[in-house]
Amino acid sequence: MARTTLLGRVAWYVAAVIERRDESETARTLVLKVPQWPGHNAGQHVDVRLTAADGYTAVRSYSIANATQGDLLELTVEQVPDGEVSPYLARTLSPGDPLEIRGPLGGWFVWHPVALEPVQLVAGGSGIVPLMAMIRTRAQAHSRAPFRLIYSVRSPGATMYAGELRRRALEDDGLAIAYVYTRATPPDWPRPTQRINATTIAESVFPAGQNPACFVCGPTAFVEAASGFLKEAGYNPTRIKTERFGPSGGTS
Amino acid sequence: MSDEKIVSPGFVGRRRTAAANLPPGQYLTNDFPVLSAGPTPRVQREEWKFALTPETGEARTWSWTEFRSLPSEPITTDIHCVTRWSKLDTKWEGVSVDTLLDGVQTTAEFAMAHSYGGYSANLPLADLRGGKAWIAFRYDGEDLAPEHGGPARLLVPHLYLWKSAKWVNGITLMLADKPGFWESLGYNNYGDPWREQRYWGE
Amino acid sequence: MSTPTFFDGNAAAGELRDVFATDTTNAAGQCVACGAIAPLAQGHVYAFEPGIIVRCAICEHPLVRLVKGAGHAWLDMRGLVYLRLEIP
Repeated sequence: MARTTLLGRVAWYVAAVIERRDESETARTLVLKVPQWPGHNAGQHVDVRLTAADGYTAVRSYSIANATQGDLLELTVEQVPDGEVSPYLARTLSPGDPLEIRGPLGGWFVWHPVALEPVQLVAGGSGIVPLMAMIRTRAQAHSRAPFRLIYSVRSPGATMYAGELRRRALEDDGLAIAYVYTRATPPDWPRPTQRINATTIAESVFPAGQNPACFVCGPTAFVEAASGFLKEAGYNPTRIKTERFGPSGGTS
Repeated sequence: MSDEKIVSPGFVGRRRTAAANLPPGQYLTNDFPVLSAGPTPRVQREEWKFALTPETGEARTWSWTEFRSLPSEPITTDIHCVTRWSKLDTKWEGVSVDTLLDGVQTTAEFAMAHSYGGYSANLPLADLRGGKAWIAFRYDGEDLAPEHGGPARLLVPHLYLWKSAKWVNGITLMLADKPGFWESLGYNNYGDPWREQRYWGE
Repeated sequence: MSTPTFFDGNAAAGELRDVFATDTTNAAGQCVACGAIAPLAQGHVYAFEPGIIVRCAICEHPLVRLVKGAGHAWLDMRGLVYLRLEIP
């Protein structure tokens, strides 16, 4: 298992893009090969640096989507309209191109498979990415820790990892997934479109008495709302870890 | 591990131009990026106060009403941010700092601008005089938004924009120079964009 | 042109990792202003360049300020009474 702490400065790695695949209507997963990658923990992120021909640079953070696997790294990028970096990553960057990344970063918003306690995951939009890394890591480690995910998303087409989540809900023992659709539901969905609220939280999450570890990730407004509802449901604030993305869904 | 300069093929980034009339290292922007190091102070005009404090310590203060009854003027100027963005022909309205200093007896050579939110910026007093600085309260035809420093900010366009303290609530005149919030952390003490004085020691 | 918002301290992990030998976002720090003790990851990071500022989530006092430029990094941690780091 990767250590989160390497002594010495973290360097910029030059990754090579191996593959791109559509992850939803607007999101793309980039599969990268990173020579000498030290491995990573579920929930960590990388900083990505782009350099234009005139030397202008832009840096953004992206959560790592895959469970640690040698020198392979997967990032799922949501295309932000008028974004400076995400359209390049999602549309222009091609297999064979280089990509500078720094990481793995973050030692706090992390889930380690040695932990056996229940884990409550709450994702808003692209906030699913680091939580997907946790779900994948759990499966890879054959962990029996009970996991519940609430995934709030605009529409079925905006759902990332849709097929894989359906499969895992059936196959991964101890994983339960609830969806909240905010703009358009799948056909025959028993609920109307809605935003996450006290009711959707209360009926899907682990009872507070089980004292689960809790990870909430997504745009700032979502994270604040969801954290509030979790506290209303009796969750101890010290058990809730949050990762706010900017309003655009990344660290801008 | 990489030490070489890697160029991202096909990456252009935000629209920018390095125009001939910009200070070195700057790009032109049509946005007005909001760069903040903290929560936006929300100051009600009823509670707003501005204090001009000479080195003797006897402050002159203005309430918002008093401040707004001072003569003000339109300002059209270029602004340059240390983060490399420049905006040309920005339009403001403000009270000249000369107006506030009118009649003040001082031998101070330095000044510190203070802001709601705890920020400060130091400048030579000479850079606040002679029609070079304003307390600006309107931008682009509207009341200055809190995100951009409203109700009022200092505007000293011949220096990098961090010197134009947002949410300004006072200027203190000093006999000795003292670094402000950013100047005490590696930003250049003076900040002339034309000499590219971004950081300490440049 | 948007209202500035803050990110969680984890957003500062990269910049801080450049100057520290270990991850600091998981380190607990005590705010000098209000005494609150929390991991830096729970601090509020405001987006500005060319540095970062991490503020106390309880009282917004600046805990850590880091400015990088011209081959130097300036680090101000006077907002922290201490930082308790895990050394593996």
